[in-house]
Amino acid sequence: MDHGPAVVLGEDKASRRKQKLGVKMFILYSLVYAAFVAIGVIDYKLMGKIVLGNLNLAVVYGFGLIIFAILLGLIYNWRCTKFENEMNKEEQS
Amino acid sequence: MIYEASAFAVLLFVLFVAFVLGLSFYFGRKTKSSSGYFAAGGTINWAVNGVAFAGDYLSAASFLGICGMIAFVGYDGFLYSIGYLAGWVVALFLVAEPLKRLGKYTFTDALDSKFNSKAIQLTAAISTLIVSIFYLIPQMVGAGALVTPLLGLPHWVGVVIVGAIVVFIVATAGMTSTTYVQFIKGGLLIIFSIILSIYIFNNGLKLKPDHDTQKYHNFVSVVPTMDSTNTMVVEGYNVIGSVENKGKQFFKLEKNGVNRWFKLYNKENGNVLTEVLSITDVKGGDRLYNGEPKQNAKFYQIGHMSKIIVNGEEVDKTGPLGPFKFISTIGQGDVVRFLKDKFKDGENSVQVWYQEVTAGSEMLTPGLKFKIGKGATPITKLNFVSLMLALFLGTASLPHVLIRYYTVPSQRDARKSTIIAIAAIGSFYILTLFMGLGASVNGVLDVESSNMSAPLLAKAFGVGLFSIISAIAFATILGTVSGLIVASSGAIAHDLVDRYLGKNLTDDAKVRAGKIAAILVGALAIVLGIAFKGMNVSFLVGWAFAVAASANLPAILMLLFWKKTTAKGIAWSIVAGIVSALGIILTSPTMWDRYGLRAEDAFHSLDNPAIISFTLALLTLVFVSLADKKNKTAGELE
Repeated sequence: MDHGPAVVLGEDKASRRKQKLGVKMFILYSLVYAAFVAIGVIDYKLMGKIVLGNLNLAVVYGFGLIIFAILLGLIYNWRCTKFENEMNKEEQS
Repeated sequence: MIYEASAFAVLLFVLFVAFVLGLSFYFGRKTKSSSGYFAAGGTINWAVNGVAFAGDYLSAASFLGICGMIAFVGYDGFLYSIGYLAGWVVALFLVAEPLKRLGKYTFTDALDSKFNSKAIQLTAAISTLIVSIFYLIPQMVGAGALVTPLLGLPHWVGVVIVGAIVVFIVATAGMTSTTYVQFIKGGLLIIFSIILSIYIFNNGLKLKPDHDTQKYHNFVSVVPTMDSTNTMVVEGYNVIGSVENKGKQFFKLEKNGVNRWFKLYNKENGNVLTEVLSITDVKGGDRLYNGEPKQNAKFYQIGHMSKIIVNGEEVDKTGPLGPFKFISTIGQGDVVRFLKDKFKDGENSVQVWYQEVTAGSEMLTPGLKFKIGKGATPITKLNFVSLMLALFLGTASLPHVLIRYYTVPSQRDARKSTIIAIAAIGSFYILTLFMGLGASVNGVLDVESSNMSAPLLAKAFGVGLFSIISAIAFATILGTVSGLIVASSGAIAHDLVDRYLGKNLTDDAKVRAGKIAAILVGALAIVLGIAFKGMNVSFLVGWAFAVAASANLPAILMLLFWKKTTAKGIAWSIVAGIVSALGIILTSPTMWDRYGLRAEDAFHSLDNPAIISFTLALLTLVFVSLADKKNKTAGELE
């Protein structure tokens, strides 16, 4: 029994561009995430500082990381869809 | 804690389970091929798959474990929410589409797609099994914790019920029914978490968190005096004895034939004795709760604020609050937590939970569980970094998450379903902070099980809400366990039997082997679920993430991004990741405590292995691949 994909997938000319974009976005998010961990380890008191409304940095940064992930995901999908529409269409025409 | 089953809760639970089983029967009749059984035929709609991802991922660890941990140790529990969600970034940006392109049924398929290597087939299948079993333990522990208040049954019965139902679901229908169970449950979990959060905001904050259905216990405080012989005297009580333990003094007082424990607090205006919660294991086997048998129901739910400040003034209650005002008001006040201590009283073993006033600002910053501030050492900081690394890297290496990419028709669908998952899961994780903090101040906590915090909070707001939330939480466990068992059965039937052993099974035989494997893994999960009773499920999942991140992620990432990767490098990296992660976990302070030994005597102080085991696995892959001159690299095979 073979072990290829469960469904037959067409060639995706945009895959390399999408991969590059994914790596860039991954690095961006990793840096923001690493900064959060670094603050916790290096200057933990900074986490308690009130920064927005009456909320401290820990809460704002924590919520921010979650919302940032959602936003990056949406941007990534928008860009990837654009790449696919452009490059795979070129191939077809 | 004594729990009474509610008829409505039981009815709702039975209806929910019947619905899930009905769904399994329906899809079971349609599932004939191995592609249908292991990958739902690759026909699931991306939006359904996205919510099903959320269903898979928002397991007992998220709803029961994180909320419980936030309720007991504040922001440190929320770190799990942040890390779990961040892990999806790795899945989306690096893994989702390539994995969809490479694999068929299992994670092993993807890793082995270029090499056709026996070593990869064996090690990746074993890794899938180990990670799945590690992830199964907390789900089963959560199931046991849940049925106790819901149905009034012992922990082990809950574990057996979940195990039996899930094995039935998986053995009848496989991935299609698992997907739809996850879809329904993921959606319901998010909707009802929003509803529970609205209840929390409407309820606001009170110094004495009484609810219509349950009154908060008034913990007695008495002022002791000294008589002429310098012996402590307490009006209305007989002082029976005292114990000094790690700098804290506990006194046993008798009244109306009942012995209760009190903790001595040295306050500005003199000493005060305050009632604690206690469990006494009497020599001979009896267990007393606050000095009385369990059925007398004298072991109370806890968690309240001792100071609430609104507009600069102390108040008794706030009235309804908005989400951010709710958090900031807790931050400005004081929260009373109940900390655990253990000591010997003659031949009896005593566990006590005493009050500790914690500034709200401390509840809202890291440090109560993970020592990174006051009292931190390099090793406690390393533990924190290691945990955050495991959570970040673990998601994209979980077999039951990875196999969901095979259920959609295309790479674009894999990507889009991941984004739906991130949005759904992210929204839920924001709510965990509200639900956890809500539980910590609403007098609902069961000190014996942090896992029950969110469902018990729902119970304080009404049996109806509790019943629905508990049924959903139960379905959460059913769904996640189903996904894990499908992943495990795929590893056994497809990777090990069919491919590694080269049995070349027919389609029917492979499905049959998968079903037998599901039953075996389910039985093992039941045994482990009973053995690990009482541990916080999110903490246990942290370990599963660490093992997954160490065993699987270096292999996946290097296969995708480093052309010099060889089959030998992948296989040895998986072995290095599993052995080092398991080795560190099994010799950790937490496991030492679990073995009944002193945690301080453990081989090392590291509770979270990822920082060492992930690095080791990555280096192993690089060095073995570079040293491997005989076999072709991934780049050469492209």
